[in-house]
Amino acid sequence: MTIVVPTLETPRPTPERGKRSRRRGFHLPGILIPLIACLYVGVVILLPALSVVVSAFAKGLGPFLENFRSHELLSALRLTLFATAVAVPCNVIFGLAAATAIARRQFRGKALLLSIIDLPFSISPVVVGLMLVLLYSPTQGLLGGVVDSLGWKIIFSWPGIVLATIIVTFPFMAREVIPLLEEEGWEQEEAARTLGATNWQVFWKVTLPSVRWAALYGLILTTARALGEFGAVAVVSGNIEGQTQTLPLFVEDAYKNYQTELAFGAAMVLGGVAIVSLLLKILVEQVLEQDKKASRNPLDG
Amino acid sequence: MAPALLRRWRPPALALPSWPWRITWTYLGLILFLPLGAMLLKAARVGPVGFWEMATTPEALATYRVSFGLALVASLINGVFGLVVAWALVRCRFPGQRLLDALIDLPFALPTAVAGLALTAVYSTNGWLGQPLNEAFGLKVAFAAPGVAVAMVFISLPFVVRTVEPVLRSLEREQEEASWCLGASPLQTTVRVVLPQLLPAILGGVAQGYSRAVGEYGSVVMISSNVPFRDLITPTLIIQKLEEYDFEAATVIGSVMLIFSLFSLLVINLLQVWGQRYQGNQA
Repeated sequence: MTIVVPTLETPRPTPERGKRSRRRGFHLPGILIPLIACLYVGVVILLPALSVVVSAFAKGLGPFLENFRSHELLSALRLTLFATAVAVPCNVIFGLAAATAIARRQFRGKALLLSIIDLPFSISPVVVGLMLVLLYSPTQGLLGGVVDSLGWKIIFSWPGIVLATIIVTFPFMAREVIPLLEEEGWEQEEAARTLGATNWQVFWKVTLPSVRWAALYGLILTTARALGEFGAVAVVSGNIEGQTQTLPLFVEDAYKNYQTELAFGAAMVLGGVAIVSLLLKILVEQVLEQDKKASRNPLDG
Repeated sequence: MAPALLRRWRPPALALPSWPWRITWTYLGLILFLPLGAMLLKAARVGPVGFWEMATTPEALATYRVSFGLALVASLINGVFGLVVAWALVRCRFPGQRLLDALIDLPFALPTAVAGLALTAVYSTNGWLGQPLNEAFGLKVAFAAPGVAVAMVFISLPFVVRTVEPVLRSLEREQEEASWCLGASPLQTTVRVVLPQLLPAILGGVAQGYSRAVGEYGSVVMISSNVPFRDLITPTLIIQKLEEYDFEAATVIGSVMLIFSLFSLLVINLLQVWGQRYQGNQA
């Protein structure tokens, strides 16, 4: 005899469950667990985050805005925005290509390939920077001679910073899009193909719209990480003030040089971006959730 | 004859991988494999004896102890509290829950330099938490080893919570109800029915957090005093070696970290397979 067990899709009302457990004498953990959770997250995450805001605006808005007269801060901001503007589109193209290539097929080594794409998540950013130095450094690098004879400068210059940013952030896009593509069926794309659409048309008109929210989510994560990358950039940039210093490097440098106000001002800019990206993420998640519900129960409307 | 030959010759040309594949492999090759290869080649040139010597200098061993040891402490702390937070998010209803949920992702989104600055400010001896801790227990957090651990805790918390949360959400409530009906106490039910099912997810999250904490640089370098043999972490040692133009030592120590990353990736994957098997048995 088989017992039919409700699967993931079966919606079970949650609030009612809470009531039921309370009746069963769960008072203590019922209060204790959220309390511990909130205290822990409060001490570990919220308090430090608040301290940045408080320190940045300690003397009011005027002195905070005064920070943006700093030439070094502005040039660091420009470089960070530039590196992000180059790295993110590259990674979006790679992420979408990799997702369309990998998600729809089963092949030997698929898990291995996915692990390879995940590598930058687990490699220390400092090691990523070191790898770039050992590849492109004019004196020590494997391709150093070639790069030097072409007259290029990669290490201690912007190409190195861009490359480091790309390596550290490229998995996000593919990682967000692949599971969604795996979940969705082939049918729509097959229908498009039988109706005579080219591969390119199928991608633009069928595949991309169906994963647009996951792709947007991936884009937000990639951008947030690209703006804040520190370790890999620290190794390859040379940290020359006003030239190859990105905003995160500026934060550290200013703090070490006792320019506390400048450090907190720059940190507030980066922190603000992080908070905006979190809010966007929550928004996209909600849309994604609604999309999923709508596609699962089309009759619910 | 000629057409037959042509036909035989053509398929490999036509069987060129599709555009997405070409982009994927070219990109991976240029962006990932090429730098990886450069480092492995450089490491191989050092030779096994030299490699072993440089990888196990007292200075390097001390940084391994700090990095790997404190990361273990941090990820174990998060293993416990991450479970509590995930439990609160899934099984409880309380005001501020959405805020709590959003805050968990902050360490992912916040640039590590900002995290380092924030933690240093809060835990330095005149900071919000550093001052009371220093006055009450004489404990120095920032610019000492405990600060490094605090930064690692901050960095690795989301991994445990976000790995445990979906598994906890998908657990069959009926099993717990059956356990209660059979007379088990809530504690027994939690320990014997719920926790074993969560174990692969908890370990997976701890492993991911550990791996991330070991490699973390930005936040740790700011809160640490970077004194060798005390609170100097391995990534900072690599940077110091590079600044001294000691490329070989940097490569060797970097390779040790790379080998660790590959190993941890393997462990995380195995834990995921284990977890999936667990879920497969359930359904």
